[in-house]
Amino acid sequence: MKRSPIALLMILLTLLVAACGAPAAPSPTRPLVATTAPTAAAATTLNVFAAASLTDAFKVIAPAFEAAHPGVKIVYNFAGAQQLAAQINEGAPADVFASANKKQIDVVIASSKIISGTAQIFVRNRLVVITSKANPAGITSLKDLAKPGLKLIFEAKAVPAGQYSLDFLTKASKLPEYTAAYSPTVMANVVSYEDNVRSVLSKIALGEGDAGIVYTTDAATDVEHIGTITIPDELNVVAVYPIAPLVESKVPDLAKAFVAYVLSPEGQQVLVKYGFLLP
Amino acid sequence: MVWHRRPFPLTTLGLLLASLPMLAYLLFPLLAMILRINPSTLLTNLTNPEVGQAIWLSMVTTVCSTVLGLGLGTPLAYVLARRRFRGRSLLTTLIELPMVLPPSVAGIALLIAFGRRGLFGTWLNDAGISIAFTMLAVILAQTFVAAPFYIKTAIAGFAGVEREFEQAAMIDGATPAQVFAWITLPLAWPVLLGGLVMTWARALGEFGATILFAGNFPGRTQTMPLAIYLGFEQDIDLSLTLALILLGVSFLILWFVKAILQQQVTTP
Repeated sequence: MKRSPIALLMILLTLLVAACGAPAAPSPTRPLVATTAPTAAAATTLNVFAAASLTDAFKVIAPAFEAAHPGVKIVYNFAGAQQLAAQINEGAPADVFASANKKQIDVVIASSKIISGTAQIFVRNRLVVITSKANPAGITSLKDLAKPGLKLIFEAKAVPAGQYSLDFLTKASKLPEYTAAYSPTVMANVVSYEDNVRSVLSKIALGEGDAGIVYTTDAATDVEHIGTITIPDELNVVAVYPIAPLVESKVPDLAKAFVAYVLSPEGQQVLVKYGFLLP
Repeated sequence: MVWHRRPFPLTTLGLLLASLPMLAYLLFPLLAMILRINPSTLLTNLTNPEVGQAIWLSMVTTVCSTVLGLGLGTPLAYVLARRRFRGRSLLTTLIELPMVLPPSVAGIALLIAFGRRGLFGTWLNDAGISIAFTMLAVILAQTFVAAPFYIKTAIAGFAGVEREFEQAAMIDGATPAQVFAWITLPLAWPVLLGGLVMTWARALGEFGATILFAGNFPGRTQTMPLAIYLGFEQDIDLSLTLALILLGVSFLILWFVKAILQQQVTTP
């Protein structure tokens, strides 16, 4: 039998079209979120854009919320809050935005995608210094971060945790026990500014860096590989997490219901379990 | 040939219509990017030190990784093109793997191998050498992902050289080194150059392996693709400026490769 490449191509194309599902038009600019239109039997999708540090707690909240709202499917997009804000402003289809700081939600408010005043603080978080469990550099105090030759891994300044880390260093430098040289000396040890908190955590857990600064909630997810050094309250920057429904949501009631659930005793209980502080 | 008897314009029209969607799809995003930025912000951003640093770092590291690919890839490609041995095709496939792997896999692999606690990294660390988070890490990440493009092309290049020319030179008393330098290399050169340029272009676009293995530090490991990615989160105009530069550079490279290959076809 003679081979026909065209016939083969047609078969492949048919299979491809069948596999993609013809009605769902591909949406190349929005790869992060499922875009399948809800059909009669299918679930209604609620797109929640949440800061990376909320990953574990929000994954527990999803099934509980879905159980209370039959036919609803929550689709999360976890990333650095600054990245989510940029995505939303570029038109990504979000219904709820849970940010790790006020600044990034203000970015979205500025573009009128969230109504000013609808954002509510739902949890707080604090910073902690982490080392690998083995801690070969022998870092036991905050002052040790200024030891020469260390490899510190921070978040980029655009990431909320990165800004908070800088605030912590600035505050410490004003105290006589740390001296003004503290902040620049510590900064000289930084070898990388990562784009999110979780990648700092992974690189410290792998032992690639000597120390980093993450949220207490992140450190709590990997106690097996991570050691922590507390940053005292007077130096610690308490991060506030605001949440808000988006103006352009196609399911505004559901978006409001999700925000309400996160603020409800049930939602707050889950967040506390993952190390967050109540607002 | 059946083609000539078909009504020609109709076929052409059909083909044209069938080609348009893909053409439009491939070009529109690029066009959108060019239309989005206004020329004055482009010029302002070009003088931004972070943009300059990223361009400079990208140029230095990509040249290094391309030279590394050329120096270490050529002997390997030559062996694979000229010697027949058991496991040769397995080896060729393994070498091509980094081309199809997601770069993030390459980044993790490099970290696990050459990171401070990595398989070889532990020895290197004992010897006082630390690779991760340095410019060297950027170069290694690029080489790992991009060198296979050169090697693959170079194998084809060496295989395409007529053995008779080499044998004639041997008979005239040339040493193997002389044959390689004066016969094989000049004949394979256009193909090798094409492979090198592709490698350079791939290295220039390297992102995933770099951010995992080398991290992100302006002026040290923040290459253009990293600056574009992080810029997206704080200053989209900055990202667009760098993206347009990358677009322009990549276009020129591809154009250059085409010109070389064209020349190769016309000059026997």
